[in-house]
Amino acid sequence: MDFNDTPEEARFREEASSWLAKNAPTDDAFRTLSPLEQAKVWQKRKYDAGWACIGWAPEFGGRGASAIEEVIWRQEESQYDLPANFFLIGQGMIGPTLMAWASDEDKARFLPPLASGEEVWCQLFSEPAGGSDLAALRTRAERDGDDWVINGQKIWTSGAHYSDYGVIVVRTDPTVPKHKGLSYFYVDMKAPGVEIKPIKQLTGDSDFNEVYFTDVRVSDSQRLGEVGQGWQVSLTTLMNERAAIGGSFGQMDVSLAVSVAEEVEINGRPALEDAAVRARIANWYVQEAGLKYTGYRSLTALSRGALPGPENSIGKLVGAPKMQAMSSYLMDLLGASGAIADESLAAKAGIIQRAYMGAPGLRIAGGTDEIMANIIAERVLGLPQEPRLDKGIPFNEVPTG
Amino acid sequence: MNFEFSDEQQLLREQARGFLTEYCPASVVRAVLDGDQDWDAALWQKVADMGWTATVIPEAYGGLGLSYYELAIIAEEMGRSAAPLPFSSSVYLASEAIQRFGTEAQKSAWLPRLASGECVATVAMAEGAGRLALGRLETCRSGSQLSGTKVPVADASIAEVAVVLARSEAGLEACLVPLQQAGISMEPVITLDTSRGHSVITFDGAQAEVLGHAALDPVDWESLLDGAAVLLAWEQLGLAETALTQARDYALQRFAFGRAIGSYQAIKHKLANMYVKNTLARSNAYYGVWALAEGSDELPLAAATARVAAIQASTYAAEENIQTHGGMGFTWEFDCHFYLRRAKLLSLAIGSEAMWQDRLVSALAAHSAAA
Repeated sequence: MDFNDTPEEARFREEASSWLAKNAPTDDAFRTLSPLEQAKVWQKRKYDAGWACIGWAPEFGGRGASAIEEVIWRQEESQYDLPANFFLIGQGMIGPTLMAWASDEDKARFLPPLASGEEVWCQLFSEPAGGSDLAALRTRAERDGDDWVINGQKIWTSGAHYSDYGVIVVRTDPTVPKHKGLSYFYVDMKAPGVEIKPIKQLTGDSDFNEVYFTDVRVSDSQRLGEVGQGWQVSLTTLMNERAAIGGSFGQMDVSLAVSVAEEVEINGRPALEDAAVRARIANWYVQEAGLKYTGYRSLTALSRGALPGPENSIGKLVGAPKMQAMSSYLMDLLGASGAIADESLAAKAGIIQRAYMGAPGLRIAGGTDEIMANIIAERVLGLPQEPRLDKGIPFNEVPTG
Repeated sequence: MNFEFSDEQQLLREQARGFLTEYCPASVVRAVLDGDQDWDAALWQKVADMGWTATVIPEAYGGLGLSYYELAIIAEEMGRSAAPLPFSSSVYLASEAIQRFGTEAQKSAWLPRLASGECVATVAMAEGAGRLALGRLETCRSGSQLSGTKVPVADASIAEVAVVLARSEAGLEACLVPLQQAGISMEPVITLDTSRGHSVITFDGAQAEVLGHAALDPVDWESLLDGAAVLLAWEQLGLAETALTQARDYALQRFAFGRAIGSYQAIKHKLANMYVKNTLARSNAYYGVWALAEGSDELPLAAATARVAAIQASTYAAEENIQTHGGMGFTWEFDCHFYLRRAKLLSLAIGSEAMWQDRLVSALAAHSAAA
């Protein structure tokens, strides 16, 4: 075993890193732009040079790169302090959905500006009454000539307020069982009747929105898949979600825990010398290293041209609770001052407190811990689904709360 | 990136699994657990014939000169079948100690016989309750005579020779002590897992020779334990995988309230947790064997990480496998208890979880200071 690139991978890495060295934005003028403007400028620069969505086919704006090359590119890119990525959902989840289900005409129209960052997309799936049970959604679309008329409400929509387009799954037939009555469309987020309200999260930030649809007209040509096939199309999007979310848990790694435990004291000695503290740190390191080396095993599979196994599905299920437990414990070590969130006064500039307040969201977004455990149990271990009381029953006869 | 076993190594895994499935089914473990024997001597002979006891011993000493990658694969399969054999004592510990610390004469005398499996050896470290302190050992050598008590010593009743950790005026030493001699009395000790024999050994002026030319640097002994920790981690991983498979299979076939218990989220989430812990343990075991095989200076960190992960995965899987089986899991008749016994036994050998957590954090601090 070794951690080295193959010669071809090394050549690719060299090409990527030398382009980044010349082109990654560093000037102060760039930093005065808004975060979204920065992201768009950087994305367009990558696109023009063939470094945007590199795994996509050239006609859609990519360069047909292999999966391992995509990983190498991300590794090289992550060495720079680059603008936040506003295109993850569009490029990571919706792009692959359009490729699988859209007409050739729509693919040619929408994929290149999605790759270049000129058009931003959002995903309109969850509803107030249906998160984990996504197929219980109630937003309806009714046929009117060549159009459909959408009424209802979506929620938790990241980036709706700066998106140009969105993909939406709606109920087109409430008289059949829930998975069978859905259809999938793309919509213009600037269309009449679309109303976007930011949601204030418990952190005080507003990263996502409620989106209301009141008599919003979409053309039947904006449908992806057949009428009633919306669930299958949605699965294409959702399968790519796990790949898009996965990884990053910011600066909350074990080295931060070691650093805090070196700085604070228990009974006049550094907390790092305390056996209970050491046991906790060791356990988090086991999780952190376990995820890291699981990633290396997946990379090896990719490098050999194989698909990674199901082991990657554990990333969020391990990482998000670890972030919550670790930030909580580090605040405990800080004592009463652990409650200080003010960046100018807090230890480690407040990242521990921000992590603690953000962790509940990570444990929910993109599949709750419980749903992730179900997925492992069902798809990896082959255990049966729970019996479902709504199975085979027309949606409009299913009991609701 | 090449963080995977080679095709040849994967073939070895298939061969080892097939061999142990045939020659070490659960009935073999049960026979030792139920009977008076401390091991399955016939199985040991077959394993030796396969060359597994010779895996990493150099060819010059009658071994195969293969790498720790091959030995890790065999270790996982040994764990998967809970083989009632002194493999960890003789191969991961005693053979390694002789190979690392022995004089040319000692290596020539013992390694070929350990490689062929005709001789079983063990290591005697523990001296009773509590964490072993290398600086305060009570077993002492004076001249060629050794005195003290070691308990528990795994596989001592079937071993021809023991590497005994002791002190002399020179400091810490590993002594080579033939076990069939007048100065030694040995009594069996019943442990959690009687499919592996254990003993209390009293040395009363026993004839002993120092392993190597001089006293032992404690760092070198800890390095030996790091290597054993990696190999034990692979064995524990094998146990954990068997426990998960058993639990899953039972959850699919056992019905309650009209449906398979594996359809209840309480059971599904339990099994998903097992899978998560096993996956973390496996990836950390890869890290461990990489560091061991490549001679990396990350070995102390990698070994402790692999060891802690494997202790946690194997004990959790073994405990929750029984829980998944309900009352059936608590019977002698079901096999679930084999894995609970062995998982806990191996978790207590060479220092338990808290000691390895402690070592992990020391290695982490040293590693980040160096970086």
